Amino acid sequence: MRTESVVVRYLALRAAPFIQLYALYVLGHGEDGPGGGFQGGVIFSASFVLLALAHGWPFGRQQVNEKVADILAPTGALIFAGIGVLTMLAGGAFLEYGAFAKAGAEDPEAARLAAQHIGLIGIEAGVMITVAASMAILFFEMSRPPRESKGNDA
Amino acid sequence: MIGEHLPVLVVVVPLITALLIPLLTRAWRGTGWGLVSASLAFSAFGAIQLLVEVLRTGVPARYSMGDWPIPAGIEYVVDELNGMVLVMIAVAGTLAALWMHQSVKREVLARARRSYYTVFLLFAAGLMGITITGDVFNLYVFLEIASITSYVLIAMGKRKQALYAGFAYLILGSLGATFILLGIGHLYMATGSLAMLDIAERMANDPALYSSSVVRTSFAFFTVGFAIKMALFPLHAWQPNAYTQAPSGATIFIAATATKVSAYGFYRILFTVFGPRFLLDELPQIKEAILLMCVAAIVVGPLLAIRQKDLKRLLAYSSVGQIGYIMLGVVLWSADQTHLDGATGGLMHFWNHAVAKGALFCVAGALVYKTGAARVADLAGMGRHAPWTSAVMTVAGLSMIGVPLTAGFWSKFYLCTGALEVGRPAAIVVLLVSSLLTAVYVWRLLSLVWFAPKDAEVKVDGEVPWSMRLPALVLGAACLYLFFQPIHLDIARAAAEGFMK
Repeated sequence: MRTESVVVRYLALRAAPFIQLYALYVLGHGEDGPGGGFQGGVIFSASFVLLALAHGWPFGRQQVNEKVADILAPTGALIFAGIGVLTMLAGGAFLEYGAFAKAGAEDPEAARLAAQHIGLIGIEAGVMITVAASMAILFFEMSRPPRESKGNDA
Repeated sequence: MIGEHLPVLVVVVPLITALLIPLLTRAWRGTGWGLVSASLAFSAFGAIQLLVEVLRTGVPARYSMGDWPIPAGIEYVVDELNGMVLVMIAVAGTLAALWMHQSVKREVLARARRSYYTVFLLFAAGLMGITITGDVFNLYVFLEIASITSYVLIAMGKRKQALYAGFAYLILGSLGATFILLGIGHLYMATGSLAMLDIAERMANDPALYSSSVVRTSFAFFTVGFAIKMALFPLHAWQPNAYTQAPSGATIFIAATATKVSAYGFYRILFTVFGPRFLLDELPQIKEAILLMCVAAIVVGPLLAIRQKDLKRLLAYSSVGQIGYIMLGVVLWSADQTHLDGATGGLMHFWNHAVAKGALFCVAGALVYKTGAARVADLAGMGRHAPWTSAVMTVAGLSMIGVPLTAGFWSKFYLCTGALEVGRPAAIVVLLVSSLLTAVYVWRLLSLVWFAPKDAEVKVDGEVPWSMRLPALVLGAACLYLFFQPIHLDIARAAAEGFMK
């Protein structure tokens, strides 16, 4: 059921990209402040919820390709686990990002910190992909309008 | 290189494979079953390797995530106790995965079939994670993974009641998990740590903690939470429906492992985190209460099983009784801590019950495969037409009673000597009564299978395919093998000595 208010509809449409941008900002700050992959993912999929609320369920559904979401949901978690496997291949423990540091770096401590940085962003990105995709799937599956009201929605 | 990473790999390989399955089955349909079996076989191989190594060196294998030392990081620890449980989960998982290949099409709801293997494997990874982790919060995370996936597995059954069974378990299981989380919270509040070994050290260094009401509250939450999750009488209400309605392949795995992993969780929290002295010095009355619940479970479980008409439900009620044996190990030991027979018997029952109940649920699954339902009456005359399956049922049934020449004998034997050691001969009477009651329902099944009248209508008119017969035969053979070669006796004894130190 789309809302009657043209203001709400217009604002929701214009706000959605900024919400998604903000989600990426939250993702980037997860390392040293409040935020991170989970929060970023939730905010990202909230943009689709907003579109569905303002423009109706079918419009929101169209914005999220079902197949792509189904593929992205496990892929994000695989990125997380895959980074763990890569750290093991690089000679460290599971999820020991420091193992990515170059062996002959001038300042080993700085190199280790930089490597940790990369590893952390990597797994957070994985978390964000999975959370965003799962949240979108959950929302659209659970809020699917009953069959008889389908005509009114479209 | 793989060797040092084995503790994490046994959990991570099934986890990664579970995530790969939805992607790979898009391109190649029908790869799900192979991936599940292969990754669980890898875990079984790894778990056995770990257990052998721990037994050889006598030192627990420890692995720090991200190389962060405890208490800052999460640690995986494998000692005799959880090495034993880990092997049980991985081997039972592999056999159940091999078994279910033919039955998935017949027993899993059509629209759930695509995700069935993923959920099954996530469940296995969750159980192994609960077992291997040395961090109480990580234990909770894996408990949630295993719980949520088990609700889904149960609800995937074809009948409408499966949804109800899954939902009822969801409510009770979430309650149990919440209690465990509250226990962890209180424990963290009192000790400021989440790593099991670190908490244990802090408890040992600060005697005031034992009498603190926060720690006691935490223990109360743990006890009730795990009691729900392991279906300890009288908190077993979710279990019979769940086992009956779940697809048979899932039931084999859930029945052989899930409640036992919660029992393991209780062993671990009680003995490693709180320490055996806590129960003995601070809460002797709780020890009595647990003993009472065990005794009630041991008697009531088989009593309820006797009159069931559905084979899966009958076996589920028998599991209610069997978990009592395992929990007896928690209470049948004494102050000087040299009397370890009770704990040994309880721990041995992890394996004994897993192989026997796994085998029996394989037979129940075969019955469902042949007739579409698990009616006890349909067993009539099975012995003449499906001798292998019937032989497995006979051996496993005798093992449930605890007849000599089958593995079940050892757990009852050690529980009896344990009861004598700590001066509780009444427990022996309870064990004997329960064996008699078990014999009643096992005999009811076996007499139908072997001695049905010649003119009875035979519903099971042949063997099931080899892919289903083989796992059942392996489990049935294990029931015999573990009597003649009780390899788990030494492991259980070492584990009991480990936590009584």
